Amino acid sequence: MDIRLPIGILFSVLGCILAAYGLLGDPSRYRQSLGININLQWGTVLLVFGLGMFLLGKRGMRSAKREHAARSSELSLKK
Amino acid sequence: MTGIDWLILFLYFVFVLGIGVALRGRMKTSTDFFLAGRAIPAWVCGLAFLSANLGAQEVIGMGASGAKYGIATSHFYWIGAIPAMVFVGIFMMPFYYGSRARSVPEYLRLRFDEKTRGLNAISFAIMTVFSSGISMYAMAKLIQTLHVFDQPFHNVGVGPQWLFHIGILTSAVVVLVYILLGGLTSAIYNEVLQFFLIVAGFLPLSWLGLRNIAGWAGLKARLDPSFTHSWSGMGSPATNRLGVEWFGLVMGLGFVLSFGYWCTDFLVVQRAMAANSMSAARRTPLIGAFPKMLFPFLVILPGIIAVALPSPSATKTSSAAAVSPAHGLIPYKMDATTGAPVIDKNGVAQLDYDLAIPSMLLHYFPSGMLGLGITALLASFMSGMAGNVTAFNTVWTYDIYQSYIRPNATDQHYLWMGRAATVFGIAFSVAAAYMANRFNNIMDMLQLVFAFVNAPLFATFLLGMFWKRTTGHAAFSGLLAGTTAAAVHHSLTLPAGAVPGIKGGWMAVLHTYPSEMAQNFWTAIFAWTTCFLVTIFVSLLTKAPEESKLVGLVYSLTPRPKEESMAWYLKPASLALIVLVGTALLNFIFW
Repeated sequence: MDIRLPIGILFSVLGCILAAYGLLGDPSRYRQSLGININLQWGTVLLVFGLGMFLLGKRGMRSAKREHAARSSELSLKK
Repeated sequence: MTGIDWLILFLYFVFVLGIGVALRGRMKTSTDFFLAGRAIPAWVCGLAFLSANLGAQEVIGMGASGAKYGIATSHFYWIGAIPAMVFVGIFMMPFYYGSRARSVPEYLRLRFDEKTRGLNAISFAIMTVFSSGISMYAMAKLIQTLHVFDQPFHNVGVGPQWLFHIGILTSAVVVLVYILLGGLTSAIYNEVLQFFLIVAGFLPLSWLGLRNIAGWAGLKARLDPSFTHSWSGMGSPATNRLGVEWFGLVMGLGFVLSFGYWCTDFLVVQRAMAANSMSAARRTPLIGAFPKMLFPFLVILPGIIAVALPSPSATKTSSAAAVSPAHGLIPYKMDATTGAPVIDKNGVAQLDYDLAIPSMLLHYFPSGMLGLGITALLASFMSGMAGNVTAFNTVWTYDIYQSYIRPNATDQHYLWMGRAATVFGIAFSVAAAYMANRFNNIMDMLQLVFAFVNAPLFATFLLGMFWKRTTGHAAFSGLLAGTTAAAVHHSLTLPAGAVPGIKGGWMAVLHTYPSEMAQNFWTAIFAWTTCFLVTIFVSLLTKAPEESKLVGLVYSLTPRPKEESMAWYLKPASLALIVLVGTALLNFIFW
C-alpha cells in the first residue's frame, strides 16, 4: 500500500466537506475568523493537496507494480 | 462541537483504523511486526521520525513555552533537535542500521555487553510505558478542561466527569487496534497521516493570528523585545526569559539533552531502522529535519500570538479558555478542587500556559475548522502514544523476553509475544495515566528520574561509536556514575524561588540557579561529563575489546557507505548541509 493514497482520499474528503460547509453555511460565523471564510479557503487548499497526494500515490503504485513485474520476470529467466 | 466537527473526527478514526485493517495480512513474521519488514521509503520514515515525537509535550508544551518564553523556545529546535538529527543521520545511522541490530539496546549488546543492554532496555521499557501514560493523561485532561465535548455527551446522558475516562479508553482502544493489526508499519503510516493532519489543523492558526496582529512587525510592537529575540540577551541569565546563559543553553540543551534524545532514543531511531536501505535510513532524520526546522512557526508562534492578543470579554460559554482571560488569551490556572485561581508564594495568580494553543483554536476557528483543529490535537496525542507503544513492544520482546525469559523460541512465538506486549503495554499506560491523575507528584518524580537516566546516555554512545578502546564494563559504570551525578547535582541545587523537594536541594542547597531550565541543563551537563570521564577512565583500566568484533559498530573500523552513484539531492551530506544552512539563517533572522 502506498500511504499517499489514503492520505489523498482523506484530505480530498475533508477538503470537500469543509469547502461545501463554507459555501453553504451561515457567513456570520466567520466574524470569529476575522471575516475570512476559513472553511472554504482552507477546505480548497486541503482538496488540492489531497488530490495531489492521491495522484502521486496512484503513480507510485503503478511504478511499484511495474518494478515488481520486472523483478519477477528477471527471476523466472534466471530459473 | 457541531455535526460537521463530529464528522471530521469520525472520518479521522475511520482512516486511522482502516490503515491497520489494510495492513493486517502483511504481519507474517516478527520482522514485519517490529521492524516494518525494513521496507519503508525514506520520506515516510522521515515524517514518522518527526511525528513519533509530536505528542502532547510537543504541541501543548511548545505552545505553552512560546507563550511563556517567546521565540527563545525555538532553541529546542534550532540549536537542539536539528543539529542532533543531522548528526544521527550522517554519523550514527551507519552503525544502527549497518549492524542489523533490531533495537538500540541490541546495538549496546553488540558493541558492549549484556549488562549494558539490560540496563538500557529495562529503563527504556519503564520510561516508554510512563511516557505513553502521561500523554494519555494530558489528552484526557485537556478534553475535560476544554469543555467542547460536554454538551454532546450531556445530550446522551453522560456527565462531564466521565469525559476523562472516555478520552483515555478511546485513545487506548484505537491505538491498540491499529498496532495489533499492522504493527510498526501501521504506526508509521498513521504517524505520516497524523503529521499532515497536525499541519492542516494548526497552520491556519498561525496565519489567522498573524493577520490579526499585523504580522511579525505587529507582534514585535505589542510585546516586550525579549519575546521576539532568540539570542540577544543570552549573555546573562538575567537578560533573557529562559533564565539561562548561552553556555548552559548550547552545552546543556544543544549538546547533551538534544543529542541524547534524538541520537539514542529508540522511539525515534526505530523509525529509521524500518527504512528500506542504508541510504534511506541515513536520510530519515535529515528529511524529518526539514519540517522540524519550521515547526516553531506551527507550535511556538500560536503561543506567542496568544499572549500578544488583547484579552477578549468572556463571551463564549463553553470554553474554559474564555474564563477570565488574564494575559492575552491565556487563562488563569484553576485549582481543580476549589475552583479558585492557583496562587504562587508571592500571592500572584498563575497562568495556565498549557491552554495557549487550545485557547487559540477556540478563539479563531468556527465549526468545521474547529473539528479539524480538535482532530489535529487528538492526532498529535495518539501519534506520540503509538510511538511509545511500538518502541515498548519491540524492546520488551527482543531485549527482555527473548534475552532473559525465553530465548530460542520460534519466530511465530515472538510475533505473538509482540502482540501480547502491545496489549499489556497499553494496559500499563492506562494505569500510568490514572496514576498521574491520582498522584501528580509521583509523575513529576518519575520524570525527574527518567531525566537522570537519559542525561548521560549520549556520552556512552559517542565513546562507543567513535573510540574503539571503550569497553563494556566502562560503558556500564559510566552510565551508573552519570545517573548518580545527575541525582547528586539535583539534590544540591535549587532554582530561584523554589522550595527544597521535588525541584531539587533535597540534601543541601549549595547553589541556586536563576531558573528551573538552567538547573535542568546543568544537571544534564554534569551527568554527561561524569559519564564521559568515568567511561574513559574505566576503559583504560580494563581489557580492550577485540577489534575484529567491532567491525560495523565503531567508526574507525567500519567502511564508509558508498553513495557515489546517487543524485546530489539524495546524498545525506547534501541534505545535511541544506538543513544546517537553513537553521543558521533562522537563528540569524530571529537573533
